[in-house]
Amino acid sequence: MADPQIRIVLAKLGLDGHDRGLRVVTRMLRDAGFEVVYLGLRQTTEMVVSAAIQEDADAVGLSLHNASHMTLAPRMVQALRDNGLDIPVIVGGIIPDDDIGPLHDAGVAAILGPGASAADVAQAVRDAVAGNAAV
Amino acid sequence: MSDHNTAGDEYRDAWQAAYEAAQLRDTAFSTMSGVEVDPVYGEGPYPGQYPYTRGIHASMYRSRLWTMRMFAGFGTAEDTNVRFKEILRNGGTGLSTAFDMPTLMGRDSDSEWSLGEVGRAGVAVDTLADVEDLFADIDLSGVSTSMTINGPAPIVMAMYIAVAEKTGVERAALSGTIQNDILKEYQAQKEYIFPPRPSVRLITDLMRFTSAEMPRWHPVSVSGYHIREAGSTAAQELAFTLANGFAYVEAAVAAGIDVDAFAPRLSFFFNAHSDFFEEIGKFRAARRIWARWMKDRYGAKDPKSHMLRFHTQTAGVSLTAQQPRNNIARVATQALSAALGGTQSLHTDSYDEALALPTEEAARIALRTQQIVAHETGVANVADPLGGAPYVEWMTDEMERRAEEVFAHLDRLGDGSILEGVYAGIEDGYFVSEIAEASYRFQREVNSGQRIIVGVNAFTEGNEDSEQNLLRIDPGVEDLQRKRLAAVKSDRDDTAVEAALARVRADAADAGTNLIPALLDAVSAYATLEEVVAALESEFGRYTEKAVI
Repeated sequence: MADPQIRIVLAKLGLDGHDRGLRVVTRMLRDAGFEVVYLGLRQTTEMVVSAAIQEDADAVGLSLHNASHMTLAPRMVQALRDNGLDIPVIVGGIIPDDDIGPLHDAGVAAILGPGASAADVAQAVRDAVAGNAAV
Repeated sequence: MSDHNTAGDEYRDAWQAAYEAAQLRDTAFSTMSGVEVDPVYGEGPYPGQYPYTRGIHASMYRSRLWTMRMFAGFGTAEDTNVRFKEILRNGGTGLSTAFDMPTLMGRDSDSEWSLGEVGRAGVAVDTLADVEDLFADIDLSGVSTSMTINGPAPIVMAMYIAVAEKTGVERAALSGTIQNDILKEYQAQKEYIFPPRPSVRLITDLMRFTSAEMPRWHPVSVSGYHIREAGSTAAQELAFTLANGFAYVEAAVAAGIDVDAFAPRLSFFFNAHSDFFEEIGKFRAARRIWARWMKDRYGAKDPKSHMLRFHTQTAGVSLTAQQPRNNIARVATQALSAALGGTQSLHTDSYDEALALPTEEAARIALRTQQIVAHETGVANVADPLGGAPYVEWMTDEMERRAEEVFAHLDRLGDGSILEGVYAGIEDGYFVSEIAEASYRFQREVNSGQRIIVGVNAFTEGNEDSEQNLLRIDPGVEDLQRKRLAAVKSDRDDTAVEAALARVRADAADAGTNLIPALLDAVSAYATLEEVVAALESEFGRYTEKAVI
């Protein structure tokens, strides 16, 4: 079930330079037929918002590896809302179990851990965009 | 074949003499069944002999086991200082410092960029005051300090020197290592600040400064670890790292430093990943390549310039979040490959590091793992015990051959200069795309089940048990550090800071001036890390990576 229409902005917020995961996810999603706007490293929430507007994105994906997810992910959700964008935020990276509930409460649509396969990632994005986020 | 025999005898005699001159550990070199074993087997060149494929010392671990160096640090400088003093009380002499992400990127704790990252993955350093706290009540003439930092390395180095001199320790007495390897940042770890050329100038300035004034200091640790963690293959790690090493040699020679004046102070840092024999071949090939290139291409005469010394860390990226205790077994086999590959020092990862910074218990198990390899397996009794094994020798040759292909490519790119070739490879995305391609290939193999990772795509029963005991960093650290910085800023003499920063800008504009004295001035006036970075940036500019996949 390919959804060539889904367009996702992928970025790393803040100073963390671990971009291996996000690069792999970019290729996975492209291979699965998604349109990926890869912003890369050292993005601010404002930069992501403006890319999401310009590209008319259906979703935003963040990769977080530095234990800064509790600060940065909720700020991203808020920044999109403040700009009137009703699109889901999906977070990938090292997220301890205890933080998953609070991140969902803060409006994060889906969280992908280190075990996620290419199929898991694609499905999570489809579900999040369809508005019936699991996990 | 008589020529061969004569050469063999010469190797043997020279090795015998070197071995007999070496101090040995006070222990029995025999098996568990009481069989006495020789210090080395097989043919020459032996360990301690050019091209050092079999090791850099004749007696290897019979004289001294590898150094078990564990990397740690988090929270405020004061927290880390408590940890340091504990290490010293327990007989340790080596201090290893991890900095937080804002420090590594040259940002102050009160910067908008630093939100959520202050004190998280290491200690926060904004001004000299933090380095004073970090090393308070520690005699810096009696310790060896390792600092893992790259982009702002010369500034943090200046802070360390300033703290030592304030406590009456001369810079010449300082011993330790600063990573200061910027080239792999553009290729893999991505913690760069300035563009490559001015960054390499900062490194050569520091090399010139330490070779003249700090004979016990290692000014660069050429690091493949991060290249591998970013997803490269073993052969790419080997090739890119040594190419970066050659690039620094060419930069230093171009700056007028004699090759034998600094090459003995260069050290390397490699990854020990899971493919056992490939790793061993990589370590052996690294020594042989370095020796040949330093002698033949760069004309180094001092044997110490030919010897590749290296630190190893087990592969963080191989650790799985699933069934995390399985990682103890991974770390053990990786540590064994480092020992069989002849490493000089080793950090073993903690099993919980796929999830968070290690707990104290997990860090202790990691240290115990390498102690078991060192003291129980018997591998330290014989130098290069795998030397001569057909598969190991073939793998060593194969790693070397693949690395030489990369050197030839970079040499062409740089018109006969590896340094220029590395610059070109950074600019045209060669390194980044080679690494990304390799990591994606690996991931596809895992996804398709072609490559088995226990607990990830096979044997997943037990994955639902979650690891409860994880280290959490107190979020109050960020607030505390901001207050500390505000206090330092209000106490200092702003006119002196401004004057010192003006000198940094002026010296940065003049490529012929060594920047280290100006940096020493600035940090001594309590200029912040970000202020000094901004002064340099006004001349050098800031590097941003093109977002190419």
